[in-house]
Amino acid sequence: MKPRMTIGMAIVLALLAAFAIAAIAAPLLAPFDPLRQSLLLRLKPPGSLLGGRSFLLGTDDLGRDLLSRVLFGARASLLVAVVAVVLSLVVGTTLGLLAGWLRGWVATVVMRLVDTMLSIPAILLAVLTVAVLGPGLLNLVVVLGLTRWPRYTRVAYAQTLQVAELPYIRAAEMAGCGTARVMWRHILPNIAGPLMVVATSEFGLMILFEAGLSFLGLGIQPPYPSWGSIMAGGRQYIERAWWLTVFPGACLFAVVFCINVAGDWLRDQVDPRAASR
Amino acid sequence: MSQVLAIENLSLSIAGARVVDGVSLSVAAGEVMAIVGESGCGKSLTAAAVMRLLPPAVRQEAGSIRLAGVDIARLRESEVRGLRGRRMSMIFQEPQAALDPLSTVGTHIAQSLRQPLHRVRAEVLRMLDEVGISDPARRIDQHPFELSGGMCQRVMIASALIGRPELLLADEPTTALDVTIQAQILDLLRKLARERGTAIVLITHDMGVVADIADRVAVMYAGRIAETGPVDALFAAPRHPYTALLLASIPRLTDVPKSVLAVIPGRVPGAAEFGPGCRFAGRCPLTEPRCEAEPPPLAPIGDGRATACWRWEQMV
Ligand SMILES: Nc1ncnc2c1ncn2[C@@H]1O[C@H](COP(=O)(O)OP(=O)(O)O)[C@@H](O)[C@H]1O
Ligand SMILES: [Mg+2]
Repeated sequence: MKPRMTIGMAIVLALLAAFAIAAIAAPLLAPFDPLRQSLLLRLKPPGSLLGGRSFLLGTDDLGRDLLSRVLFGARASLLVAVVAVVLSLVVGTTLGLLAGWLRGWVATVVMRLVDTMLSIPAILLAVLTVAVLGPGLLNLVVVLGLTRWPRYTRVAYAQTLQVAELPYIRAAEMAGCGTARVMWRHILPNIAGPLMVVATSEFGLMILFEAGLSFLGLGIQPPYPSWGSIMAGGRQYIERAWWLTVFPGACLFAVVFCINVAGDWLRDQVDPRAASR
Repeated sequence: MSQVLAIENLSLSIAGARVVDGVSLSVAAGEVMAIVGESGCGKSLTAAAVMRLLPPAVRQEAGSIRLAGVDIARLRESEVRGLRGRRMSMIFQEPQAALDPLSTVGTHIAQSLRQPLHRVRAEVLRMLDEVGISDPARRIDQHPFELSGGMCQRVMIASALIGRPELLLADEPTTALDVTIQAQILDLLRKLARERGTAIVLITHDMGVVADIADRVAVMYAGRIAETGPVDALFAAPRHPYTALLLASIPRLTDVPKSVLAVIPGRVPGAAEFGPGCRFAGRCPLTEPRCEAEPPPLAPIGDGRATACWRWEQMV
């Protein structure tokens, strides 16, 4: 089956690839050290040329090059989001699959836990965990990974209940497949579509979450840049130096938007029936 | 003749109601045994009990199921799993729904051999050819949605038979297919049973299918066997009123228009309505007081036939 690619989709995927490359290759691409301060270069607007050096996106209140900071910030944002999504996807899907297949008390326990987790405001949970573990990149990832699994569990559970009733699951059992094979080879691939949709929307959300927590000072700690912490720093200068909030904000918006569009596209691609239409 | 499958006195219950009650039947190698009866009479549950994959709501109350002499109920779960696909296989009514939409034809069939496809590809191709799928080299990598219903059923048959099982359970394998395809699939099943010596239990509600393919038949009614015997003898002279009525309801092309089709009056009693006597008594033209009070046992009447009717001699 060949994925159908439209021009719009190609642009979206190219943009995402560009962001990924920017994040990975930040040390090579950044024109300056994102941490180097210079009080002489404070709050220079985008395109400034000073002392033979050009600051494409301007500088911040401590005279650091914004382009370099945004590039390194992409790193933090994407890294946190990727790890958090993978962690919560694995945890959530495993729990949902088991609950849906085994039912009974396992399902009751797991789904009550899901209800409990979902009834606590995510931001409160994150703030509490950070308060206990302390702020920082690693803790941020752990917090997000361990608090964001319930949505996957819900979807995996509901989908497993549905798919487990389908004749081909029974046929697989009739052919002598064990529980592990039925779950891994037959149920998981058939519930992967909806899970991918959740994962992509969560991915966008994780980037926003990281930005939000860093904005609140609970995530990436200064002087290290992330989009959220750059915006937090730029907030007080918003009237004099709009670029400090607009550029990281625009990146945030563009990435999350592209991910959501890509998520819809992906959903159609993982289903061969949809692709054949 | 040694029996591949011997079911004795099988009873299954749902919430205390005996939906399968004292069913006994056997099939020999190379033989096609049909189980025929109206929808809901317990045919599929009987087959599920043989595969030991009963729905959770269903309990086996009594009876033994022997596959080549070994009582399946005594085996551990892992041992039964080892039998499935290798010594006993099953195919069902909706072949398209019975194939994983994301698996290819090849991986589906290879699964019965517990092998990755690349290791058994040649064998799978040969099997596809044997079940009459043209261009196996192309079909092997296709997905179910690219195949017709008839082709899906051939794929199911291929995956059921590639492990060379002694027993094939076919639960309404042609009900969802149109008539010409139905005949082809039945021919294929019969051919394979003969060539490979597979014992086949063919479940159907269609007496026409029974006449086409089966050697022997067990007529089921409301969870019990009403009558059993060789197909020709049973069709020529039924010895149970239910069998007679079923036979009279077969539409024939040369026959009268459909509107005057003989229809059995009344309906099958639900599990909650079973009385102490014969379960067919409420719809039977020959009912006498004894039928309502005492269930007739499935009694031999000669020539390998047996009937569960107090009044069968009135039918001679
Ligand atoms: N999973 C199940 N749960 C509860 N009742 C069932 C289930 N499967 C079958 N039954 C009941 O058992 C009886 C026999 O069903 P079945 O063996 O499927 O009939 P048949 O295959 O002859 O049409 C029916 O009354 C049906 O309603
Ligand atoms: Mg059935």
